[in-house]
Formats: sequence, C-alpha cells, structure tokens
Amino acid sequence: MSLLDSVLIIFGMFVVTFGVRFVLFARAHKVVMPVFVERALKFVPVAVLTAIIIPMIFMTDNQMNVSISNPWLIGGLAAFVIGIWRQHQLLTIFVGVVVFFIAKYMILLLL
Amino acid sequence: MKVLEHMNTRQHMQRGAVVSMPMILGGVPFGLLFGSLASSYGLSPWFAIAMSAIVFAGSAQFVAVGLIAIHAPIWVIVSTTFIVNLRHLLYAADMVKYVKHLPMSVRLIMGFGLVDETYAAVRPMYGIGSVDEKTGHKVYLGSFLAFYIMWNVTTILGVLSGELIPGMSEWGLEFAMVATFIGIITPYLKHSPFWFCMLSAGVSSVVLSGLPNNLGLLVSAVIGVVAGYLADVYGSSSNTHQSTDGNTQGSER
Repeated sequence: MSLLDSVLIIFGMFVVTFGVRFVLFARAHKVVMPVFVERALKFVPVAVLTAIIIPMIFMTDNQMNVSISNPWLIGGLAAFVIGIWRQHQLLTIFVGVVVFFIAKYMILLLL
Repeated sequence: MKVLEHMNTRQHMQRGAVVSMPMILGGVPFGLLFGSLASSYGLSPWFAIAMSAIVFAGSAQFVAVGLIAIHAPIWVIVSTTFIVNLRHLLYAADMVKYVKHLPMSVRLIMGFGLVDETYAAVRPMYGIGSVDEKTGHKVYLGSFLAFYIMWNVTTILGVLSGELIPGMSEWGLEFAMVATFIGIITPYLKHSPFWFCMLSAGVSSVVLSGLPNNLGLLVSAVIGVVAGYLADVYGSSSNTHQSTDGNTQGSER
C-alpha cells in the first residue's frame, strides 16, 4: 500500500467519522428538535447499547448459543438480575464480571 | 448536589475518567488486538497508530483493516466506515440539548470523542442530575481523554508486540463492557416503554446479526427507538399520568 493510499484512507475515514459525530453539534445552537423527536431520542441509550451487547451475549461464532455452557449468557443474566434488583451500577458490573469468569472457568474444567 | 458546585474542572474530569473505568478496562484487549492485527496484516506501524489517533473509532478500525487486507478500494473502506459509525448520529442528536450553549471549540472536541463508551458513561448522568450544563462537558472530556489515551497506548503496545500475550482475546475481558452496558440499561427499566425498546432492539439485533458492516446493529437500534416511542405514546394516551420523562431516578454512581 502506497503512502498516498494510507493518507487517503485515514483522511477519508476521519472525515466521515468526525462528520457523523460533529455535524449536529456544529449546528446545535440552531437545531430545534421537534417534541416527538426528543421523545423518541430518550430511547437511544437503551436501544443502541442493547443492540450492541445482545448478539455478544446470545451468540457464539455467529450461532445462537442458549445453554449453561455459554458464560456470556450466564454473566449477562446475573448482571441483569442484579441491575433490576439493586439499581447499583458498580455492583451490577462486579457481580456480572465475577459470575462470568466463574462460569467460564467452571465450563473449562468440566468440559 | 451542593458538593458538586465546589468541584473544579480537574475534579469533574476525574469523575468522567472514573465512571468510565470498567469500560476502559474492557477496551484494553480491543486496542491490543487492533494493533497486533494491523501489524500481522503487514501494515506499517505508523498507519495503525495514526488511525487510532486521528480516526478514533473502535469497530470501524477493525472493519477497515480487514478491508485493506483483502485489497478493497478506498471508497469502499470510507463508505463502510461511514455506515459502521452512523449510530453516532443518534448519540449526537440526543446530546444536542446539552452542548448547544458550549463554545464551538468544546463542541469540536466533544464531537471528535463521541464514542459508544463515553456516550454510555456520561449521557445517563445528565438524566439523573449528577451533571448539568455547567459540569457535563467537563465530565465528558475526562471520559473522552481517558479513552483516547487508553486506545492509543494499547494500539502502540499491540503494534510493537505483534502477539503480545497469545490468546488474550480469548480471555473474555470484553465482558466488562457488556456488564457495564447492562448496568446502564437496567435503571431505565422502571418504565414499560423502555422494556419494549430493549426487547425489540435485542430480538432484532440477533435476527439481523447476519447483515454486514454493523447494519444489523444500526437497524436494530432504530427499531428499538421506534418501539419505545410508540409504546410511550400509546401507553400515555391510555393512562395519562404514567408517562416517562426521560429521567431515570437511578441510584448515584
């Protein structure tokens, strides 16, 4: 790959990435979000974060893996239950990670 | 929040870095992997390091390096990057109300640093009132800076070491990010529209996981937003005093 190609790739990637992130911020003082849009946007965190992690939790190598030998599922369920029950973020993370690693090494030992 | 008013800028930035810690830890193997992957494809160390420093976009960088390895044309690499990062437009739309009073230079940096993790860490803090329009951007910049340093340092380490620690990607350190996102989602679930949002986004993300270039993620996110919105509208028209206000009354982080 030539130096010109390298520069063009990085420059092009920078332009589209920064453009997507900045275009609304640049006009933020002029943008007036319609009420219904604001009402919809409050669902963005839950929608995007869920869509990122659910395939990581439920799928192994692009296949559905709903079984007790899937540590991602066990750890994810543990974190979810604690999160709903105690509403304490650090506790949720801690319990989820501990259960994940216990499940992972239990499965390694048993299989 | 009296105590927060006495904090200086550095202390707010520290708060941002601290709330991001679990996700920063979760990002370490990704950065090492990116650096070592780029060098295993025979790319110049400077190319990988420059990409992390200038583009700063985790998953898009992996996709781009994969495309370079199969000699894809530049316009394919750039347009794929655009699609992979399109979800950030949703974040920006949601953040507009919190940045519009800020000087353009601050918005510029915030835009550059608008990644999944910083949005996920800082956006809910506005909702529960632990940051406001005077302090939020400082917390945000602290989170951004912590991620930026981690991402660039781990990229360099990954490039230098090639395969730093064999099998590190198998350890499952990325689960820290999954657990953090769950910890962010669950406080919202006190209102039923957020359940509709989560369930429809979750089911769609599995059904659509075969789509290329994160398109499944993008479409699932939009489906989740629409489902939540519809549930909110129809739920509150049948039961007027049960509408959600976007603020999660979660516990203090």
